[in-house]
Amino acid sequence: MPKITYSDAGTAALAEEMRRDPTVFEFCTDATESLLDEFGPVRIRTTPITENTFTGMAVGAAGSGYRPVVNWRQVTFGFVAMDPIVNQACKIHYMFGGQQKFPITFRAAVGGGTKLAAQHSQSPYSMFMNLAGLKVILPSTPYDMKGLLKAAIRDDNPVMSFESNRLMGLEGEVPDEDYVVPIGKADIKREGIDITVVGIAWMVQEALAAAETMDKEGVSVEVVDPRTLAPMDGDTIRASVRKTGRLLVADEAGPTAGASAEIISLATEDPETFKAMKAPAHRVCALDTPIPYSPVLEDHVFPNRERIAEGIRAVLSAR
Amino acid sequence: MHPSPEMQREMLRQMNTIRRFEERATQDYLAGDIFGVVHSYIGEEAVAVGVCSALEDGDQIVSTHRGHGHCIAKGADLDRMMAELYGRETGYCKGKGGSMHIADFDIGMLGANGIVGGGIPIATGAGLAAQMDGKGRVAVSFFGDGASNAGSFHESLNIAATWKLPMLYVCENNRYAANTAAAATHAQEDVATRALGYDMPGVIVDGNDISAVYDAATTAVARARAGEGPTLIECKTYRWGRHTERPSQAEPRPANEVEEWKTRDPIPRLVEALKEQQGQLTDEEWEEMDREILARISSAVAYAKASAFPKPEAALDDVFSGEVA
Ligand SMILES: Cc1ncc(C[n+]2csc(CCOP(=O)(O)OP(=O)(O)O)c2C)c(N)n1
Ligand SMILES: [Mg+2]
Repeated sequence: MPKITYSDAGTAALAEEMRRDPTVFEFCTDATESLLDEFGPVRIRTTPITENTFTGMAVGAAGSGYRPVVNWRQVTFGFVAMDPIVNQACKIHYMFGGQQKFPITFRAAVGGGTKLAAQHSQSPYSMFMNLAGLKVILPSTPYDMKGLLKAAIRDDNPVMSFESNRLMGLEGEVPDEDYVVPIGKADIKREGIDITVVGIAWMVQEALAAAETMDKEGVSVEVVDPRTLAPMDGDTIRASVRKTGRLLVADEAGPTAGASAEIISLATEDPETFKAMKAPAHRVCALDTPIPYSPVLEDHVFPNRERIAEGIRAVLSAR
Repeated sequence: MHPSPEMQREMLRQMNTIRRFEERATQDYLAGDIFGVVHSYIGEEAVAVGVCSALEDGDQIVSTHRGHGHCIAKGADLDRMMAELYGRETGYCKGKGGSMHIADFDIGMLGANGIVGGGIPIATGAGLAAQMDGKGRVAVSFFGDGASNAGSFHESLNIAATWKLPMLYVCENNRYAANTAAAATHAQEDVATRALGYDMPGVIVDGNDISAVYDAATTAVARARAGEGPTLIECKTYRWGRHTERPSQAEPRPANEVEEWKTRDPIPRLVEALKEQQGQLTDEEWEEMDREILARISSAVAYAKASAFPKPEAALDDVFSGEVA
């Protein structure tokens, strides 16, 4: 199987869907050369720097029979388009009584590690998770990137594809052929029996590294990747926690009202899962600050494999 | 260019339907049968009807919070409109939208919108879809003077002109955005002059003169269909009522200004033109038309009242396409 990067897996997904369906087209402020070469400027539409308007245009085009893909690059720029996302795309299928579908894929890179400071290092997915009418995906591997993004483009609803800055260069096996990863299905990235670590995006990779460390200490870690943040696959997470009896959530975003909080609620509000738990749930998240620039500061704010391992030890020693 | 007498009579019928619909909606709102808010279009009927009369069935429009007139002019069903205002399951949005959110995608009415300036990019996206389809369709964005100060207006005009999208941008300049006078918020009195900055025609018309509106729209539609790009049409008009029909709604406008504008009522102007100048309408015909319209509105209200409210659990339907709870 060919190995490609996370970033190229995203480009491949879009190219495959554009070949498959002539109604798929992209709005972007800077075109990806390979896509522009293959599909031309009508379908790879380079816009003026007008995120609010081209995102709103995607709503109008979707309501007129197209499947636009809106690429803001960084989620930072997507904030300029909050009206068409929040007030329009997520709501008008419902508000108009379901008479028209609005298939739109939003693509936005999230997370830190880029030394670009607060405006360009953001993980605001929980801000979007409670928008009813919006699905939110966040792949952690090149394989999931291609499969989830293709599923997003085929979905008849607005889907937010958050994509991790840290993982853009990560290589992994990605089949050339057509496949989709279903939206709303978590994936067990490593099986274990002593503790469940739910990781999000880059934190899946860090959790896998921490699991190796803990293995040497005789601890068997199960790593669960939700892959879709909304709707969240609570069943898979709860089943894992019932098996291991312990839960740690690792997220590059801050903890406050975060995806991590939602995951812990989904597990602990279920009586069976709660009964099976041998220790309180634990979170390893970013500190609640805007992301600073200097590497010393940035590294201090973000969680990593060492902090996950420390967290696992803390959960295991709790009683 | 004068539209045919038949067409003018149809315009009159539609304008008067809007007038009578808004009167009834206001009355039923005040009686407590219609909830939330109603923004009446009375006084501005010639804009929606004049523009929509220049369109074909396949053309698309996007409306505003003051959207009943645009719906009626595009051919929406009065029963389903009224049922929506009444919050019933037979309404256009199954009772999920209400006055500010009526849409009928089957007739190219892509929705009223509760966000000032929010509909302009959506209409522009419909214009882009029309261009990509290549079937000669056009899209119309209706918006107010208030919306013309929003960034989305400027961004959309620039994109539409750069890409030569088949668009009409129709500014309903009624001189006020809620309680704020345009004179206090616009650097220049006219909105149409802004078109110059985007290299598109900017036309000012008397928005209470339906044939002037129709003429301007017809020219703009021909230009759009020919692939020559968008036009900005500014219709100078006035709403008779306050911003909303809420009893507590403020009224900052001078009474003499309101009265002055009422003398420019677009409906009697067309009646006079048809009767006096063209001999195409008699008093009896006009009275008969009005009676028919009133009866039609009454039957729409009866339909709404006879319709059931949605089941509470229906609140969970249609959050996502293809999934019913
Ligand atoms: C973005 C936004 N800000 C504020 C409001 C509240 N609001 C509703 S209608 C309105 C005035 C709009 O004026 P205009 O665009 O001239 O339309 P008109 O009501 O005169 O038809 C305002 C401020 C809103 N709906 N959306
Ligand atoms: Mg106004």
